[in-house]
Amino acid sequence: MGSFGIPLFPEQASTFARDIDALYFFIVATSAFFALAVTVAVIVFGIVYRRRHEGEVGARIEGNLPLELLWSVIPTMIAMVMFGWGASSYFHMRTPPAEALQIYAVGKQWMWKFQHLEGQREINELHVPVNRPVKVTITSEDVLHSLYFPSFRTKMDAIPGRYTQLWFEATKVGEYHIFCTEYCGTNHSGMIGKVVVMEPDDYQAWLAGGGVEGTLAERGQRLFQDLACGTCHLDTGKGRGPSLNDIVGKTVTLADGATAVVDEGYLRESIVNSQVKIVQGYQPLMPAFQGLVSEDNLVALVEYVKSLSPQATTQAPAGATAPAADPTKKN
Amino acid sequence: MSNAVAHAEAHGHAVPHDALQHHFETMQQQKEASTLGMWVFLLTEVLFFGGLFFAYLLYRVWYFDAFAEASRTLDISLGAFNTAVLIGSSLTMALAVRSAQTNQRSATVRWLISTIVLGCVFLGVKVIEYADKFEHHHVPGPNFVSESVWAAQEQIFFSLYFTMTGLHALHMIVGVGVMSVVTWMAAKGRFDEHYYTPVEMTGLYWHFVDLVWIYLFPLLYLVERHN
Amino acid sequence: MLDTPKLPERHYLNNGHGLKSWLLTKDHKRIAIMYLISISAMFLLGGLFAGAVRLELMTPEGDLFLADTYNKMFTMHGVVMVFFFLIPSTPAVLGNFLIPPMIGAKDLAFPRINLLSLYIFWLGAAFFFYALFAGGVDTGWTFYTPFSSFSSNTNVIPTALGAFISGFSSILTGLNFIVTIHRMRAPGLTWFRLPLFVWAHYATSLIQVLGTPVVAITIIMVFVERAFGFGIFDPTRGGDPVLFQHLFWFYSHPAVYIMILPAMGVISEIVSTFSRKTIFGYSFVAFSSLAIAVFGFIVWAHHMFVAGISTYSALVFSFLSFSVAIPSAVKTFNWAATLYKGAISFETPMLYAYGFFGLFLIGGLTGLFLATLGTDIHLHDTYFVVSHFHYIMVGGAIMGYLGGLHFWWPKLVGRMYSEFLSRVSAILVFVGFNLTFFPQFILGYMGMPRRYHAYPDEFQVLNILSSAGAGVLGIGYLLPVIYFLWSLKRGEVAGPNPWGASGLEWQIPSPPPTENFKVQPVVHGEPYEYTPHVAREANLV
Repeated sequence: MGSFGIPLFPEQASTFARDIDALYFFIVATSAFFALAVTVAVIVFGIVYRRRHEGEVGARIEGNLPLELLWSVIPTMIAMVMFGWGASSYFHMRTPPAEALQIYAVGKQWMWKFQHLEGQREINELHVPVNRPVKVTITSEDVLHSLYFPSFRTKMDAIPGRYTQLWFEATKVGEYHIFCTEYCGTNHSGMIGKVVVMEPDDYQAWLAGGGVEGTLAERGQRLFQDLACGTCHLDTGKGRGPSLNDIVGKTVTLADGATAVVDEGYLRESIVNSQVKIVQGYQPLMPAFQGLVSEDNLVALVEYVKSLSPQATTQAPAGATAPAADPTKKN
Repeated sequence: MSNAVAHAEAHGHAVPHDALQHHFETMQQQKEASTLGMWVFLLTEVLFFGGLFFAYLLYRVWYFDAFAEASRTLDISLGAFNTAVLIGSSLTMALAVRSAQTNQRSATVRWLISTIVLGCVFLGVKVIEYADKFEHHHVPGPNFVSESVWAAQEQIFFSLYFTMTGLHALHMIVGVGVMSVVTWMAAKGRFDEHYYTPVEMTGLYWHFVDLVWIYLFPLLYLVERHN
Repeated sequence: MLDTPKLPERHYLNNGHGLKSWLLTKDHKRIAIMYLISISAMFLLGGLFAGAVRLELMTPEGDLFLADTYNKMFTMHGVVMVFFFLIPSTPAVLGNFLIPPMIGAKDLAFPRINLLSLYIFWLGAAFFFYALFAGGVDTGWTFYTPFSSFSSNTNVIPTALGAFISGFSSILTGLNFIVTIHRMRAPGLTWFRLPLFVWAHYATSLIQVLGTPVVAITIIMVFVERAFGFGIFDPTRGGDPVLFQHLFWFYSHPAVYIMILPAMGVISEIVSTFSRKTIFGYSFVAFSSLAIAVFGFIVWAHHMFVAGISTYSALVFSFLSFSVAIPSAVKTFNWAATLYKGAISFETPMLYAYGFFGLFLIGGLTGLFLATLGTDIHLHDTYFVVSHFHYIMVGGAIMGYLGGLHFWWPKLVGRMYSEFLSRVSAILVFVGFNLTFFPQFILGYMGMPRRYHAYPDEFQVLNILSSAGAGVLGIGYLLPVIYFLWSLKRGEVAGPNPWGASGLEWQIPSPPPTENFKVQPVVHGEPYEYTPHVAREANLV
């Protein structure tokens, strides 16, 4: 889209785009109305009531209460419409559908690394199928980044030490920008890439093309063995660590009596800061893997553990999972 | 005739006090301005420490066990001793203000010096505590050593410990400096029952610094000492 | 008055000569002049950095500077403009100069603290200059952790300390104003007779006093992390980098109102004076200043809608953010209504006020897009945000500041500037500003992220427009330097009240004597009285 050769809007390439653009136009129209009204008023007053001779003074008008109330209340009501519309869009954008395709993104100075469950790993390029919800779980290996798809009208910060999420459903086959929008140092503006939206068949073909290391979960399984996680986390549940079968999506009771839902964020935290949320009945014996496992590999481990819970829907709460911000935790 | 001038005459200051600055109409106005200014300043101080208290609160909720464990390495008796010293210094400070108010020059000087001494005792104890922390590698950063599974999060506790107590100590040092000047002014006989604002303002400041410690002591030393 | 006015024989400018009489002065007017010179120099410096940024962005490739150099340019542009120009601008110059005469006082309550605040400002600036000459800093003016604490290898510590120190200058100024307004008003000058300029500064001072210490302690936390290896925001030790953002924006969002509120106060004075009419809805305008100051403190997390905060807190902060929009809207409507049945003339200050209307309207209304959650996700950290806050902080705050400077310049120096050149400058600033920043709204919606050294080709046309506008804007800002300096010696003598304004500050000579008032004034009337009788009286001193 554009006029006089100047582009005005990015492509509408996701299910959000139409709604967000409509909201945008609503606010543009409302703003334009008020801006014009005030501008016309001050210009007309400026002409009509210009000072005609030195010594002229204005009329003594101190105010008008009904008028004040009117122009306080009407903007408030219009603002509430904007708030309500914006909030409902936001809710929608922060609630990924359960059946969404899972993809992991790790930001790193200065590149985006994407990992597909089937094992493909790509840098600064992301292949997704058209007309299918895709959920991206995001983290960062170093500083803050932000994963931004302008054509999908969505973005989310990548925060070191925790997982955040966004989702979208692409509606148009094509290639679109990926930007990093949180300033991250020297090559911040080079941390860009493209998202390639493909027909489902092409996507399947593309998936089949790569993945020499097996699926993401298989890679995780190898790491699980290399790190000797299995010596304690026995399937029988009689090991020094709890069994990892069928735990995802469940609520566990922690040593201090608080509870936690097992989701990606919990799994990640339980690896890097293993002592923070110990499941009741177990000792804090597990070493903390902070700094010892890269975020890419953590993703593989998390995905492997998730694969041990075939029935679970890993519906993490909307927004982010803070490191240990469990509001139920008692002192 | 303005109200302010009439006001001054009612208080019988036909001859302006030496300490009355030119831009004030009366001693009363000057004093009210100083007092309000000091309270506003203390308000900014509350928010200044408030940022740290907020960070403390958040991490204490997140990592309670780490905070409890790190807190146990602090010497509770030194902390308690310092609390007593500081409360005592607030008493001597209050007595100094009272003496200034009643125009007792030598008592004012005496109480101010006692307050300075107590302040220095507090700082001395703090030095001992800090030295101990350095010795045991409890200072967060590359040289931090801890056997605990909570080693990482304990560093957050110690970061806050050093920042909070460090800034508090800095406020004490500033207070001792200011008080030395005020003591000198008192010894020179600059104050009387009409003008003792510097003593009173220093007192407000000192009580504030004392109050901060009253919060810091339980928050840092007594995280889990109830059982 | 038929005879041409003469400068008074003794005034604050010739009461004492030599550098020492300035550096050791306790006169709020001289301190204001020293602030004026200092921040003008900083504005020039910040403008140079901005010019460098705009030059680089004329081409999509990052070909003029290295990426690191570019990052330093925009960082130092932000640091200089926010901490060393915008925050002190209207309060430290115009507020400092005018609040005492406006309330019938001889000086601020704490003249020595006022001078101290200037020295602290200089000390902070010295730290910044050290950082600049040592190679600059590249964290962005927001100092986000963990980039600022362990990733950046530039001069973060001196820059942060510079911002920290200059913060205390701002706190002391605010404290001084609060006490002065409470305790130093002339007899009869009740709260609701205060000029709205004073109300606006009272609200500003509240923010300075309550907000600034929080950013100060936040900078200290980054400092100890960087200098000593402490770990308060360090994710590898369980720290939370997002906590930094909460603490930072708790101050830095209200800080926007430190910049815009005083400008709003200026606009109230100008609109009333040049339409010879009392402000429409005085108490609504006065209380809206306080409302903005209070609401400003509870909206900070709207800077973090995509920073992983919970959905529900995002809802709350979005809702609260709209609450700030209402008092701003109320003010705008009241200014417009003040013009109704006025006796309006269009000298330069009024042109600036009209420019302010235009830019502040756009700036305020585009804030709605960012308070609205759905659109903010798309617009956050794009050029839309850059443009929005420049419309407020440059369009609004600097238009107000320059308008005020033109309005009170005859009071400051006793002489008039070239009316022709100043009108040209006001128009250039308005046109240049819109040309610079309006294209950036479109760039933002197109998705161009901020702080980009290089960008995809399709954004080039709009970027060239923007850079061209920056050139016009630069000329508009430089012109006043020329005619203000010219006016110092050659300008026509202004007389005490060249605009026929009603405030107390116009009843004393221009430039005022050191003690402002020879006898303490007593206030009988309401503010902004423009009856033919009062207008005549205002011209007689």
